[in-house]
Amino acid sequence: MSEIMALSAVEIGRKIKEKVFSVEEVMRETLSAIDEKDHRVKGFLTLEEKDKLIKRAQEVQSQIDDGTLTGPLAGVPIAIKDNLCTKDLKTTCASKILYNYLPTYSATAVERLESAGAILIGKTNMDEFAMGSTTETSAYAMTVNPWDENHVPGGSSGGSCAVVAAEEVPCALGSDTGGSIRQPSAFCGVTGIKPTYGTVSRYGLIAYGSSLDQIGPVAKNVEDCANILEIIAGYDEKDSTSILREDYHFTEALVDDVKGMKIGLPRDYFVQGLNPEVKEAVLGVAKVLEEKGAIVEEFDLGLVQYAIPAYYVIACAESSSNLARFDGVKYGYRTQEYTDLHNMYKKSRSEGFGAEVKRRIMLGSFVLSSGYYDAYYLKALRVKALIKKAFDDAFAKYDVILAPAAPTTAPQLGESLADPIQMYLGDIYTISANLAGIPGVSIPCGIDSKGLPIGAQLLGDCFQEKKIIRAAYTFEQTRAYHHCPMCK
Amino acid sequence: MKNYETVIGLEVHVELATKTKIFCSCSTAFGAKPNTHTCPVCTGQPGALPVLNKQVLQYAIAVGLATNCTITQYSKFDRKNYFYPDNPQNYQISQLYLPICRNGYVEIETESGKKKVRIHEIHMEEDAGKLVHDEWEDVSIVDYNRSGVPLIEIVSEPDMRSAEEVIAYLETLRQTIQYLGASDCKLNEGSMRADVNLSVREVGSQEFGTRTEMKNLNSFKAIAHAIEGERERQIELLEMGRKVVQETRRWDDNKESSHAMRSKEDAHDYRYFPEPDLVPMSISKQWIEEIKKHQPELRPAKLSRYKKEYDIPEYDAKILTESKAMADLFEATTAICGKPKKVSNWLMVETMRLMKEKDIEADQLSFSAENLAKLVDLADAGTINSNVAKDVFAKMFEKDMDPEVYVKEQGLATVNDEEALKKIIQEVIVANPQAVEDYRAGKQKAIGALMGQTMRATKGKANPAVVQNLLIDYLK
Repeated sequence: MSEIMALSAVEIGRKIKEKVFSVEEVMRETLSAIDEKDHRVKGFLTLEEKDKLIKRAQEVQSQIDDGTLTGPLAGVPIAIKDNLCTKDLKTTCASKILYNYLPTYSATAVERLESAGAILIGKTNMDEFAMGSTTETSAYAMTVNPWDENHVPGGSSGGSCAVVAAEEVPCALGSDTGGSIRQPSAFCGVTGIKPTYGTVSRYGLIAYGSSLDQIGPVAKNVEDCANILEIIAGYDEKDSTSILREDYHFTEALVDDVKGMKIGLPRDYFVQGLNPEVKEAVLGVAKVLEEKGAIVEEFDLGLVQYAIPAYYVIACAESSSNLARFDGVKYGYRTQEYTDLHNMYKKSRSEGFGAEVKRRIMLGSFVLSSGYYDAYYLKALRVKALIKKAFDDAFAKYDVILAPAAPTTAPQLGESLADPIQMYLGDIYTISANLAGIPGVSIPCGIDSKGLPIGAQLLGDCFQEKKIIRAAYTFEQTRAYHHCPMCK
Repeated sequence: MKNYETVIGLEVHVELATKTKIFCSCSTAFGAKPNTHTCPVCTGQPGALPVLNKQVLQYAIAVGLATNCTITQYSKFDRKNYFYPDNPQNYQISQLYLPICRNGYVEIETESGKKKVRIHEIHMEEDAGKLVHDEWEDVSIVDYNRSGVPLIEIVSEPDMRSAEEVIAYLETLRQTIQYLGASDCKLNEGSMRADVNLSVREVGSQEFGTRTEMKNLNSFKAIAHAIEGERERQIELLEMGRKVVQETRRWDDNKESSHAMRSKEDAHDYRYFPEPDLVPMSISKQWIEEIKKHQPELRPAKLSRYKKEYDIPEYDAKILTESKAMADLFEATTAICGKPKKVSNWLMVETMRLMKEKDIEADQLSFSAENLAKLVDLADAGTINSNVAKDVFAKMFEKDMDPEVYVKEQGLATVNDEEALKKIIQEVIVANPQAVEDYRAGKQKAIGALMGQTMRATKGKANPAVVQNLLIDYLK
């Protein structure tokens, strides 16, 4: 077990500043951890060149030494989900259609991390275009769960969560459209935050469902996530949907105290379909928080059964349009032989996209087509508004909502793809937050009888990240971080 | 044959005169090297996002106000989905559900009088890139410089009944938008493009016939010919007992005829939906009032002011106000030298003659109001005679210059010195005995030859009136 790699991102950053070790040492440790474990985990799709990384580590070191870089992440390696554009570093969205795509620019979130001194190690595997819940729809690699290599890491940010859990890197960025940060964080026993919609600029995030997508951090603990979020959050004039918030000081909420905090447990989330072990672990979180002084109450959230259909209609509709640009004309994959323009489009897209992506493009094109728009898309938007209203009502009474992150722990490899509907249903606890635009954090809260991690989720009202960070941090103080078996 | 009526509605695209594109900060300048005015946004790179250029919204509102529209205070963009390589995202950001302006009208004037043409809506959208087909290499290449140039589409109601009304409507729109400075509206350069929706019906019928849409009309002439041609084609079909097919047709300027591009059955399902990358626009009453307050004087107001303030004939006022550039030049020149009618004459006669000869528009005129004012003064004071003035003006028209300096340098001032002239006249009379004899014998015309000789001897600088008087005195 590597001493450095067992640390959290913030601890590494602190020790670099205390000169316990150098940025270069951290970098070399990181590279050897990747070398040692990633052939098993298969979490990375692309790694930055070793020479460049060492050079960058030295640069960052000198900027720390001369006092230019003072932030908590200076010198800390970070992995980036492969749907975030990174200048001159291949960005594929785990799709064949972008097999050779070299962005000419970096996503705003990536730029912010780099200027804070974080060092971008490489790009992590994901479900193709973030469409999936297991990372198995990737065109390139089958990432495994570091807790049990026969199980999936979850998805779509499976690569980011797996490499953090396997301690190949201390932290990573993911993206969350319907639970893609929170669910794999739960499956891999790490922590992940999906911020309020509009908090982190989407500029440079290759869109899946534009009105639902948010970028967020994945790390070993809440402190790391709050620190990363504080760096990547901010108004960006390049993203019209980004919001200028009053308060970005998320780390101020790293306080071990929930006295008087009102926590709601949605009764409709703890019903049939929820694995009993998961249920018990999540209720355990409630108990701990109650002991710490929070007021925990059950309540009826309502509309739960409508979230999944509404989500798939909206996300697929937007993605059918967002993915239209991948046509073989400007960049990415173009079929070898074609007879005319239409044939070139058809063959490039048929060969370039995988089955799940095609399924969602077809579904999305259908719900937007004339004559069906009102019945599906418009109705889904109405459901979205009603779900937002249900959360508004809940947050009028509660500071945070506690829920499972997923109905089960990580399924076995190959189990989910055979039954997409079942896979879609697995998103039941996460997608409502995307429809409502609210923030959520997923934290590890136990290990099931198979030895797989269980995750709990804390949801807050829009712009109330600090409340969920505080509750999550308080819970975390009662429990040691569990390193996955691969790291012991 | 039955008596038919033509029913026409127009969709007019106007390229707005913003310096940067509608959703990114790339330049909109025309004529740059291919793909140099581009960025991740306007080339549809993955992850790039649009941000609305506020100037586009302001121009669209200004055009809406000038055409008596209601401004939609809660307006949104929508995506129009279709695959084509000139459209890098394979969707166009446009407006379907909540266009920025609705329910307006413009007043047009034709031989048969004044008439209102209603405007259904005005919406904002982005232009596409340009495809170039290389037939020799059998490839197509695309230039994205135009991709993302802002457009407004002005959709009229089917209120026009003839090519004459269509042209009057387009002229009115063009003048209005030019006056606002929102576009230069050049059909031949594509900054104004009109698609004509046309159907025919029996006079007196309440129902519309089946319409066709005509595209690729690059001049008023093409529009007029296309309307005539399409009207005849549809009437012919109906007279033969056949049906007009709803379709899009393309006008071919060389062949002076149109052919079907696609029928209604082939029409795209554009799968419109609200653009999730742009937030809805909330337009405050104050902003609308602000734009209204800063609206420049439009042509109808200018016309009546010219008649009153400058006391020039309606005919002059109409011509001078046809383009804002010409009206501006007139006002600026008059402000310096006064003499509105004289300035008007210079603009309407010599300026327009040379513009026609050189085939240029008023906004391409290069001489300044200051120099035109000086020329008007020089001619008016008799410092130079009218022929010399015309020559000087032609020089100024070519390249702006100070006419006072030029006249001095070239020694073009009128010779009014009677002693000097008398001397020249004596010489001319001695040299032309025949003409003198003819004049004295009563042939009044013979004086013309003597005048010509005198003028030639002064290199055209003599004041012709003075010369004539002196000659008459001599020949008495």
